[in-house]
Amino acid sequence: MSAGKPLPHESAAAHVQGTARYTDDQPRFAGMLSAWPVLAPYAHARITGLDTAPALTVPGVVSVLDYRDVPGENDSSAHKGDETLLPETHVMFHKQAVVWILAESDAAARTGAALVQISYEPLTPILSVEEAIARGSFHAAPQTLTRGDPEGAMNEAAYRLSGELFVGGQDHFYLETHVSWAVPEPDGSVHITSSTQHPSETQGVVANVLGVPAHQVTVTCLRMGGAFGGKESQAAPYAALAALAARKTGRPVRVRLRREHDMVLTGKRHPFWGCYEVGFSSEGLLGAVRLELYSDGGFSSDLSMPVMSRALFHADNAYFVPHLHVSGRVCKTHKVSQTAFRGFGGPQGMVFCEEIMDRVARHLGLAPEGVRARNFYRGNGETATTHYGQEIIDNRLGRVWHDVLKASDFAERKADVAAFNAGHPHTKRGLAVTPVKFGVSFNNTPMNQAGALVLIYLDGSVGLNHGGTEMGQGLYTKMLQVASSALGVPLAQFRTLPTATDKVPNTSPTAASSGADLNGQAVRSACETLKARLAGVAAKLLGLSAPEDLVFEGGVVYCRFQPSLRVLFIDVVRQAYLAQVPLFATGFYRTPNLHFNAETGKGRPFHYFAYGAAVSEVEVDGFTGEFRLRRVDIVEDAGASLNPLVDKGQIEGGFVQGMGWLTMEETLWDASGRFVTNAPSVYKIPTIADVPEDFNVTLLPRAAQEGVIYGSKAVGEPPLMLALSVREAIREAVSAFAPEVPRRVELALPATPEAILRAVDAVRTPTREPVPGD
Amino acid sequence: MAQSLRVWINGSEERISGVAPTTMLLDYLRASGRVGTKEGCAEGDCGACTVAVRGERGVQAVNSCIVPLGAVSNYEIVTAEGLVRNGVLHPVQEALARAGGSQCGYCTPGFVMSLFAAQYSGERGDGVLEGNLCRCTGYLPIREAARSPSAPAADDPYFTSTQPAEAADYSVGDEHFFSPRSLKGALELLSLHPGAKPIAGGTDVGVELNKVGRRNAVLVSLAGVPELRRLTETAAGLELGGALTLSELEARLGGRVPLLETMLRSFAARQIRNRATLAGNLATASPVGDLAPVLLACGARVKLVSLGGERTVALSDFFTGYRTTVQRPGELIASVTVPKPDAPRLEAVYKVGKRGADDISTVAAAFSLELKADKIVTSARLAYGGVAATPVRALEVEQFLIGRPWTERTAAEAAGRLRGLFTPLSDLRGSAEYRRALVGNLFEKFFYEHSAEVAA
Repeated sequence: MSAGKPLPHESAAAHVQGTARYTDDQPRFAGMLSAWPVLAPYAHARITGLDTAPALTVPGVVSVLDYRDVPGENDSSAHKGDETLLPETHVMFHKQAVVWILAESDAAARTGAALVQISYEPLTPILSVEEAIARGSFHAAPQTLTRGDPEGAMNEAAYRLSGELFVGGQDHFYLETHVSWAVPEPDGSVHITSSTQHPSETQGVVANVLGVPAHQVTVTCLRMGGAFGGKESQAAPYAALAALAARKTGRPVRVRLRREHDMVLTGKRHPFWGCYEVGFSSEGLLGAVRLELYSDGGFSSDLSMPVMSRALFHADNAYFVPHLHVSGRVCKTHKVSQTAFRGFGGPQGMVFCEEIMDRVARHLGLAPEGVRARNFYRGNGETATTHYGQEIIDNRLGRVWHDVLKASDFAERKADVAAFNAGHPHTKRGLAVTPVKFGVSFNNTPMNQAGALVLIYLDGSVGLNHGGTEMGQGLYTKMLQVASSALGVPLAQFRTLPTATDKVPNTSPTAASSGADLNGQAVRSACETLKARLAGVAAKLLGLSAPEDLVFEGGVVYCRFQPSLRVLFIDVVRQAYLAQVPLFATGFYRTPNLHFNAETGKGRPFHYFAYGAAVSEVEVDGFTGEFRLRRVDIVEDAGASLNPLVDKGQIEGGFVQGMGWLTMEETLWDASGRFVTNAPSVYKIPTIADVPEDFNVTLLPRAAQEGVIYGSKAVGEPPLMLALSVREAIREAVSAFAPEVPRRVELALPATPEAILRAVDAVRTPTREPVPGD
Repeated sequence: MAQSLRVWINGSEERISGVAPTTMLLDYLRASGRVGTKEGCAEGDCGACTVAVRGERGVQAVNSCIVPLGAVSNYEIVTAEGLVRNGVLHPVQEALARAGGSQCGYCTPGFVMSLFAAQYSGERGDGVLEGNLCRCTGYLPIREAARSPSAPAADDPYFTSTQPAEAADYSVGDEHFFSPRSLKGALELLSLHPGAKPIAGGTDVGVELNKVGRRNAVLVSLAGVPELRRLTETAAGLELGGALTLSELEARLGGRVPLLETMLRSFAARQIRNRATLAGNLATASPVGDLAPVLLACGARVKLVSLGGERTVALSDFFTGYRTTVQRPGELIASVTVPKPDAPRLEAVYKVGKRGADDISTVAAAFSLELKADKIVTSARLAYGGVAATPVRALEVEQFLIGRPWTERTAAEAAGRLRGLFTPLSDLRGSAEYRRALVGNLFEKFFYEHSAEVAA
């Protein structure tokens, strides 16, 4: 069985040769047009005049696209109605595209764009969470989750602390920027090739903008050069623009964002600001937590509300908090519309949770790892039930924690670090361990469904279609493994066909770490249907009366009880055709038993939880604030992994991406609302030099999970949050610069060298103002 | 003027005409159907567009997104598609694929070409790959793949031309890319075409062309000017030709200018160092240019040449303001001379940025002290980048140090003065407050890291 094998990515050979085809690598159509945006110079303004005629004087410029060219609804928000595709009256963020120039070449389009005359009346923008709160600018009502009696428990707690924290955003920096090609067909339909995690929603937005039925629009995703959530909702506008342009000009159009456009036009991870109060015992047991979160949603709501929901769902991380109140509100600001990014609010919620854990531990002078472990969800019933009422059935926190402490020699190394620190006044090391518990399933219950379409051809080769998209996470590889295992046909006989809306309709986005869970079950279900049909055919061929006794394996069908009774899969297929048995089947899956009541804030929103724990060791330079990651140990619960090589890649990559967010990737807007960290020269994602040699990843053994495809578990998002161990290790190192053990270590996010040096200087100064609540 | 340009792409000779000489190599490759090479940023920061070229400086990895076509005339170019022979993956491809070194695969051809080119230089380790960003893998399988030993085959099938890889001029309409073969030729071209822009590696010009969309009608390449590519050791010091690339300096300095060699290792990444030149880094006069502080601390002098003659200025007099220098139109930086120290000096260089590798510095510092036997400071040069409109020396604090004993107290006092010396700006790389702190802290770090060797 190929499920469970550490196979390389199904496109690995094509990747290394440069022959794996991405949207913009397709052969150019004759007469294909390029598009270039005209960008607004204000974060918020009224459009008072628009003259596109000068652009048309440029040789090569064919047409322009503005709000007047939208035959359907001028909105790209998938029916929320708050995201104007081509602005008519107002500009809502700095560098919003008002007009697109269509030309024979990029250069001509660019020249034309520079000639468009737009006049504006600048308006006062709202550019931060603080301003939005002060001016009451929000996208929706607050969301809340409450357990127990936080007010009462807070009053009774032996200790109380409060604080606030700002968590920065993150640019996805997928290496392939947003791109869509649109080809108009003579019958009025349009075919889109898009780098999208959500072909169905892209199809819907395009149809809505064109004012045509969905069947007139086909969206295909070949593969993506990275996505990370950035292409879940935000691929649709560019597909819609390409479609509009194709319809207007009658020519194929490519809309491909240059990096400098992608970084200013598309949404990022939501920045969060929040404040908290925590009540706890002298042993560091949490009694009550009150947490108030605000995210910077940008100009439109996009996915901001579900992102906030996930932040609230993960404000407990791994810890039992008997009395908890957490609220969240999405601020409406004049910025790009912030969007999904690996973890989808979960990481932000967890940052606050781990901030609280560290405060509690240091305030009491206790080891942070001890306080963390002491507060884990445990046992059954109340202490194993989350604040939204879901009981944790298969709690593996203890196992991953135990394994990672052991694998990292935690206790011994903690002593080594202390010894090192005693001998080095200007360089300090820190060691920290943090857990992750991450809920798997879309928050929005109906989205937990998937479809597949499996086609067997007469030569025994198999075409595999499903609704999931490939962005590098290895979904196509895993789906081939599932199909091969389920149908008992060697992997080499399969081909994955590009994900397209004319094969599997109404799909959910490939997101929420659920791609393999949902599509895997759908693929298996289709294969089981086919197998049942073929078993009947095979039984007749073998003269057996019980098709259920047949085993499909390695391209052969044989009787379980008499293996010498066998027939080749290909022969069964040929006979099936002759017997007029259909050789294609759909598969469908819905995750069972999910429910959530938004009114009460209780339910069972997640199919299961993914667990992990990480130990990080860092060294901090007390002169500059620079840090170096020395070693990482990770134990991740990937269930019975479908593909350990792919899963290890997800874990390592997620961790490094999380570390980038927490330590070096800084998203900055200036006072006029201009996004200034708008290029890789100024926005820094980790390089190979930031990753330590000593980096050890272990998959939790004996971890098959019931009710998930082949016992595997989701691994796309959870590892990102393991990087919280890096922040806590930095904090531990910072504390070692203090003349005496500090009762608090404040560390801003991202923990850039500047932020770390500020933290070091703060703990070095012995006289500090008492913190309110201390 | 030649109306066509010759290159070899994956072994096939190709004559290009009618394509503007400022068209980037990447854009040409993709427009001609060679789409295996990807654009990630179009500013030389991500490495997705990396290809291997063999030109006048041997086989190198370069960022094809910022190399104008005119600069690769008579070059051999190899892309990831060109590595497969008879359906068999190249060993670096095989190693990368097997290790799980590709996820989304978009950056992968660039990694492949960095590893491929490194076979020719013999370079090993992470340094080969610091200019290639991967957002998916966390780099561990790529690092593993990079360790698989691999060397060019004896009968190298990839670079086969026997032609001299000497650049030739190339014109399309009124756009000219001149590749003069002498200094006089270069200076005459600049004088003949007053709007002409000199270009060496093009790592600045290329980014500007992409970002601003500006096309220079006339570019004069200095890459093949022999007078600008000499490295001469004299009694006075080491004279470094302005058009020497940073990779060439790394290879050829051989421990003679440790301060410069240390900084070179953290200057951008390999693909950039293969193209960027010493003169280019000074002429652009960026306040955060990394080489200027080092050369200031070395007491370097700059030789400027024009048709009217040559003149030499101290580097400390070279920068006149934000992005301005004493360089006149028609004048080129011929060389930079690093004087030979009279006595051993205590030296160090530091660069602090948000990221440890391939970043622009928040503050860069270079320190050079001469101490008498009794640890009295007799000469001091303290230079910084990122703290003023130009790279600067801390002249007042240098004066303060002279005659003082090299002790912790002196270092701390100097650091205190240093923190108040400059009025840096706050920007996205760091606040003014942080920069002021670094100015002093780095000097204290210098003392701390080197006090032991003084005591010994």
